[in-house]
Amino acid sequence: MQINKIKKEMTEILSDVFDGSTIMVGGFGEAGSPIELLHGLIDKGTKDLTIIANNSGNGRVGLGALIGQRQVKKVICSFARSAKGVTFPELYNKGEIELEVVPQGTLAERIRAAGSGIPGFYTATGVGTPLAEGKEEKIFNGKKFILEEALKADFAFVKAETADRYGNLTYNKTARNFNPIMCMAADKSLVQVKKILEPSEMNPEHVITPGIFVQSVINIENPIIETNAIEEGMTYP
Amino acid sequence: MTNIFTNDLIKGWDRNTIASKIANDLPHSSYVNLGIGMPELVSQYIKEDREIIYHSENGLLGMGPSPNENEIDLDLINAGKKPVTILPGGSFCHHADSFSMIRGGHIDYCVLGAMEISVTGDLANWSTGKGIPAVGGAMDLVAGAKNVFVMTQHLTKEGKPKLVRECTLPLTGAGVVSRIYSDYAVLDITNDGFKVIQLNEDITIEYLRTVTDGNIYQ
Repeated sequence: MQINKIKKEMTEILSDVFDGSTIMVGGFGEAGSPIELLHGLIDKGTKDLTIIANNSGNGRVGLGALIGQRQVKKVICSFARSAKGVTFPELYNKGEIELEVVPQGTLAERIRAAGSGIPGFYTATGVGTPLAEGKEEKIFNGKKFILEEALKADFAFVKAETADRYGNLTYNKTARNFNPIMCMAADKSLVQVKKILEPSEMNPEHVITPGIFVQSVINIENPIIETNAIEEGMTYP
Repeated sequence: MTNIFTNDLIKGWDRNTIASKIANDLPHSSYVNLGIGMPELVSQYIKEDREIIYHSENGLLGMGPSPNENEIDLDLINAGKKPVTILPGGSFCHHADSFSMIRGGHIDYCVLGAMEISVTGDLANWSTGKGIPAVGGAMDLVAGAKNVFVMTQHLTKEGKPKLVRECTLPLTGAGVVSRIYSDYAVLDITNDGFKVIQLNEDITIEYLRTVTDGNIYQ
């Protein structure tokens, strides 16, 4: 029997996601954002989610839509203030969603650390700022650092360009961003890809995420383009 | 005490002039991260005697200018989420690698805007203390880049000094700024205060003192 991580149905790839899950959502703005997987979660109605992402969604599409459906109780991100953000500000201003602000590089490193078995690390980022409050300080070579802990998740929702049945992934340009490290830090990585390749067609030199970090893949050939969707006034559901 | 001449309109350098001064100070073959907004202008003033490599923290090294309308690729964006291009010799990487370039001290210069800069080099540029807090990569850049340049107006819109003894807004980093390029002067942060490197032709040091809160010397 052959290994095959490719799922045919959205309900199948999302079947394990439970109420109260912590989910890492890849993407930087719309580049690399797994919109269809997020819409699948809206259809499924999973609640009380903690979302780890760089941003907090635009318009009422993808992450913006999931937040708008009140399925998210907390967002951990670096930048929750975007020009096209609608749903997060609405709930945040009413005190109906929690926010943990993390510097972008610390966010990336906490995710990378979790995926690499490193429980915490010291960094200069944030020293002397409000984001250092309550964190352990340590001096190395006369310079002050703060302790940051690894950030794990139950699931990673990721968008990639191509995959094979082993879960090997390639990305497209800056749509790579958080996606590879999120695949490493989550118990289960669920990936939507534009194209499925035969393993023999996948160049091992070009694989960015080796299949060991990926549990399930679904083929979404023509994903929604967020900018266009928002311009057209699309809302989901 | 600072004397503020809010109705005394001194025309400082325009933003293009400030950008060209910064461009002149970036050495050949340096790796540079330009903040979103005004600092992006710097790339337009790099002289032909040097090559600068631009880093964008979302995983792009060797960033080029904005694309033509028909060449826009929404998978190729900068940290401000605007479409850009990649130059020959450029590369993509994931976020942890991209921030290792910053946090590991590999970026030679970053140029950022400011709300307040203290005489000891503290920078506040991410939060007014109101609204949704959002920091992005600013804290990583100021903590990790070898040189932190600030590009700013000397005064706030209300006519108050941005160069102060102590920041009142939430800090982005403590003791991180190396040099300030304002419309009134170029100043280094030193142990003795703000050191004037270049003064705007139309401004006296006495006037600069009245619009700066903190020790200034030449």
